[in-house]
Amino acid sequence: MLDVRNLQKIYTGRNRSVEALRNLTFHIGAGELVCLVGPSGCGKTTLLKCMAGLIDPTDGEVRLDGRPVDGPPPGMAVVFQEYGRSLFAWMNVRDNVALPLRRKKLGKAREKELVDHALEVVGLADAHQAYPWQLSGGMQQRVAIARAVAFEPKVLLMDEPFAAVDAQTRAELEDLIRRLWRELGVTVLFVTHDIDEAVYLGQRTIILSTSPTVVLEDLTIDLPDERDQLHTRSSTRFAELRAHVYEQIQRAKHHNGDTHAAVADRSDELALHKSES
Amino acid sequence: MTVLTLARRTGLVLGLPAVLFAIWWFATAGSTDFYVPPLSTILGKFGEVWTGERLLSDVVPSLVRLLTGYLLAVAVGVGLGLVVGMHRGVRDVLEPVLELFRAIPPPVLVPVIMLFAGIGDTMKVIVIVSGCMWPILLNTVEGVRAVDEVLSDTCRSYGITGPSRLWHLVLRSASPQIVTGMRQALSIAIILMVISEMFAASNGLGFTIVQFQRSFAIPEMWSGVLLLGLLGFALSLLFRVAENRVLAWYHGLRRAQRNP
Repeated sequence: MLDVRNLQKIYTGRNRSVEALRNLTFHIGAGELVCLVGPSGCGKTTLLKCMAGLIDPTDGEVRLDGRPVDGPPPGMAVVFQEYGRSLFAWMNVRDNVALPLRRKKLGKAREKELVDHALEVVGLADAHQAYPWQLSGGMQQRVAIARAVAFEPKVLLMDEPFAAVDAQTRAELEDLIRRLWRELGVTVLFVTHDIDEAVYLGQRTIILSTSPTVVLEDLTIDLPDERDQLHTRSSTRFAELRAHVYEQIQRAKHHNGDTHAAVADRSDELALHKSES
Repeated sequence: MTVLTLARRTGLVLGLPAVLFAIWWFATAGSTDFYVPPLSTILGKFGEVWTGERLLSDVVPSLVRLLTGYLLAVAVGVGLGLVVGMHRGVRDVLEPVLELFRAIPPPVLVPVIMLFAGIGDTMKVIVIVSGCMWPILLNTVEGVRAVDEVLSDTCRSYGITGPSRLWHLVLRSASPQIVTGMRQALSIAIILMVISEMFAASNGLGFTIVQFQRSFAIPEMWSGVLLLGLLGFALSLLFRVAENRVLAWYHGLRRAQRNP
């Protein structure tokens, strides 16, 4: 479905160049929900923008359904962290959700149906006429999610979408993403710096190093499919996985592409140790 | 409630002008100075001078020149501003030149433009356009450059490109700055309309006021000045109404940011 192969990104400035991504390779299957987690400033956003076709990698490639991504692919939707800056302040909620659909020329009835349904599932059925700035941060991010849902993407990329909302809203939105993923059968890649979120949400968690970034570990989250904030988060397995990711992130802070080999060995050991316990 | 607030706002808007007119009225009442006639005389002449034939022969041509020049300036300023704002290369080449042209006081262009455009309406329209397009152009460039990067990425990833991007993203997002430029341009346009008519014309407000002055019809001259003031006031009021409609979202956004 979504393949990242030997991805490297070097930003060249006037006097120096910064290697944000060293060498990333991973695969996301159709219908998977995968979290990407890493320490702050580990090039998560750079990676996501490469995958979304918004910037070109220096080396390596991203493939969607076997086709190389060299611009924003039609079947992909992106939800950004900055909800306040990703919505059109001059359009009401309904028009914000409907605008990307116009290009698809689906016909008025189908378009209306998609918009109505998308706003319904994110819980904004009675906010059609409101402007984004009249809504709270969490509701604004719901609008951005509704826009992505109405677009009917095959892949949904989310770049720390809940980093700027309060904890309670965040929990609600996490459950919303799980629900949408299951109902729509969409492939989701969720970038976050929050360890709890990375463990709670996904089927897999890809742990990244600091920049220049490599994949430290591709961890399967073997929690039951039915998850809720109360029971899942208080289970022993959740605590173990959380502790493991936490340790890896701590380690990642001192490791990057240059010291990768040593870290990879250690992580194998650790993963082995975990599965035994 | 709304009637009350409306009354209050009208009072605030008209209060000071009313006071100033009252001062003018009493200060000049019984004035015998030939050049400063009593306001009552001026107002008496006002109706006489501007409601009859002159409305069609002088006021309307002036307004037509003003609006033609202004709308052309908006079209040129916004169009050129979009091109300059969106292309870095064009901006680097053009910006110094634009700053130079902007620094030339528009009235000095009148004699120059007269040389090749004659003294007809074309000349007046060209004067207005060449003088009042600069604030529109430069503000549009600023507005286009300030388009939010995240919003721009959002548009790209949803395939909102070409004319759709231009209209829904670039123009709308730059509209607060464009409107600011248009507001500055409006007052410049009025000034240039009058000046171009004072230089060489056979009708129009500027021409008529100069004629009155040269023929020592002093109260009539003052009434012309008064008419120009009222015209400017009415146009800016009209502009404000249009702005409040077009930029309602922007004012709401600003209020929301001030009181989160």
